[in-house]
Amino acid sequence: MAAHARRRRNARPSGFATVTPREKALRYALLLLVLALTVSPFLWQLSTSLKGLGEDIFTRTPSFLPEQPTLGNYAEVARTIPVWAYAANSLIVAAIVVSGNAVGATLAGYALAKLRFRGAKLLLGAFLATLVLPGEVTIVSQYVTIRSMGLADTLLGVALPGAISMLNVLLMCTAFQAIPREMDEAAIIDGATAWQRLLHIGLPNVRGMLSVITIFAFIGAWDDFLWPLIVLNDPQNYTLTVGLQYLNGTFSANPRLIAAGTMISFLPIVVVFAALQRFFFRGVEEGAIKG
Amino acid sequence: MTHRRWFTPWLLAAPAAVWLIVFYVWPSINTVVLSFSNAKPLGGGRFTGLENFARVLDDDQLADALLNSVVFMLVCLPLLTVLPLLIAILVEKKLPGIMYFRTAFYTPVIASAVVVALIWGWVLDDRGLVNGFAQWLGVVAEPVPFLTDRWLLVFSAISLTVWKGLGYYMIIYLSALGNVRRELHEAAAVDGAGPVRRFWSVTVPGVRNTMLLVSVLVSVSALRVFSELYVLSNGTGGPGGRAMSVVMLIQLYSRGFTGHLGYASALSIVLLAITIGPMLMLLRLNRKAA
Repeated sequence: MAAHARRRRNARPSGFATVTPREKALRYALLLLVLALTVSPFLWQLSTSLKGLGEDIFTRTPSFLPEQPTLGNYAEVARTIPVWAYAANSLIVAAIVVSGNAVGATLAGYALAKLRFRGAKLLLGAFLATLVLPGEVTIVSQYVTIRSMGLADTLLGVALPGAISMLNVLLMCTAFQAIPREMDEAAIIDGATAWQRLLHIGLPNVRGMLSVITIFAFIGAWDDFLWPLIVLNDPQNYTLTVGLQYLNGTFSANPRLIAAGTMISFLPIVVVFAALQRFFFRGVEEGAIKG
Repeated sequence: MTHRRWFTPWLLAAPAAVWLIVFYVWPSINTVVLSFSNAKPLGGGRFTGLENFARVLDDDQLADALLNSVVFMLVCLPLLTVLPLLIAILVEKKLPGIMYFRTAFYTPVIASAVVVALIWGWVLDDRGLVNGFAQWLGVVAEPVPFLTDRWLLVFSAISLTVWKGLGYYMIIYLSALGNVRRELHEAAAVDGAGPVRRFWSVTVPGVRNTMLLVSVLVSVSALRVFSELYVLSNGTGGPGGRAMSVVMLIQLYSRGFTGHLGYASALSIVLLAITIGPMLMLLRLNRKAA
């Protein structure tokens, strides 16, 4: 027994925890291979968006780097469709969705996790039950609802249904549940109201989950396509994704312009994600992402 | 100051509860109601009994869409259950710079499906990268009609879905791999098990539940596919509209002068019928994990 244990302890430095140079090289080679597969289509699109009209992009041996990089396509796509207005529309929708979820899901999640009240179980069950319903199943009647509110073809109509997602309520609820009961009890004895407890005990302890749901609320709203496609009619009101498909479908498209448009949609989200990725991966380690 | 007000919890839960009723409960009921009517985007709304469902049974385009969905699911399922696990194992070890790789591998996930489909549409275009390269190599004489042939279109959308999904499921596996006990690996290594052996006898049993979870997630999202096929086919659903998905049909009937909200609702119920099994399983798996 003891000998075995010692052998294991001795084996650790040379055996498992460290990586042999050969394994390291192999791992990096594979990592670079996967990196090439995931990133090169984006780079190819970026490169296309920077190639001037003088450069043949249809050649059979295309060059990865633009010969004379130009931002002309970005100006040109803005002349073809109101791409900056579309980006602003997407931003408005995303702002409503993010703030709605940050507030609505936090409040409800807290109430369900930390306050006792009549009907709490029923409410929790109802939130949970919505998860078996794919959003697309109710999208038609969702549209009917939005239309009857007079919000068809408006950005508010696009933003409203997603402004509090039931999944986010449940995720916040789980996060609040993880706070030890004793902390709350101590605060109750000190005479703190529910509101004070939420602000001073609840929120500081769920920042990880809160950042994960806001990041995803932003990405989800910015990237969404089907719902705005159904709600919006007037090309003036399009969000960026719908506008890009409009550009793709309506004009016998110049791939350079579409590439520029896709980059206008893609780059902001990369920046947001790159800036916030450490919160995201920390949230993953804390078990925020279960699928 | 300190007295408990009974309505405080409800006040906090009220916005979410209103959303639940207005945007989940009521639309669910209304989907059923509408599916028995001839509601149109403009007017209509008379009760027509089972007419829409009779039409469902007789809709060739829906039959095509269902077949596409099944093929979609059957191809995505093995690929997206296994490949992300291998990538997760690759990025699990904390080598220098590994965070950059993890973040980069996740970028296709955060990009909009529209952006991804437009990029791939250009890569797979008749005059795009893949065809240009294949012709340059002399593998094909004519461009491969990736975007204009029904099945090639479906498989192009599948490859796009797989490519976009790798990072998403990688993250799920990554958080599961963290729970596989390191001592088991070490013990196995000491006992002389090589990496392949350790993969089969330590890693796979350790993440078996996660593999199940991922495979269910993959199935559900394959049955719900929309943007990829829509954008790659420019909204047409390919030649004769035969490369549509069920959700594309729902969208098609929800809009315009030819729209038929009643029939779109009946199609929504078809979608519910094919997704409810995996969805219920998902709920069970999630509760078990929670």
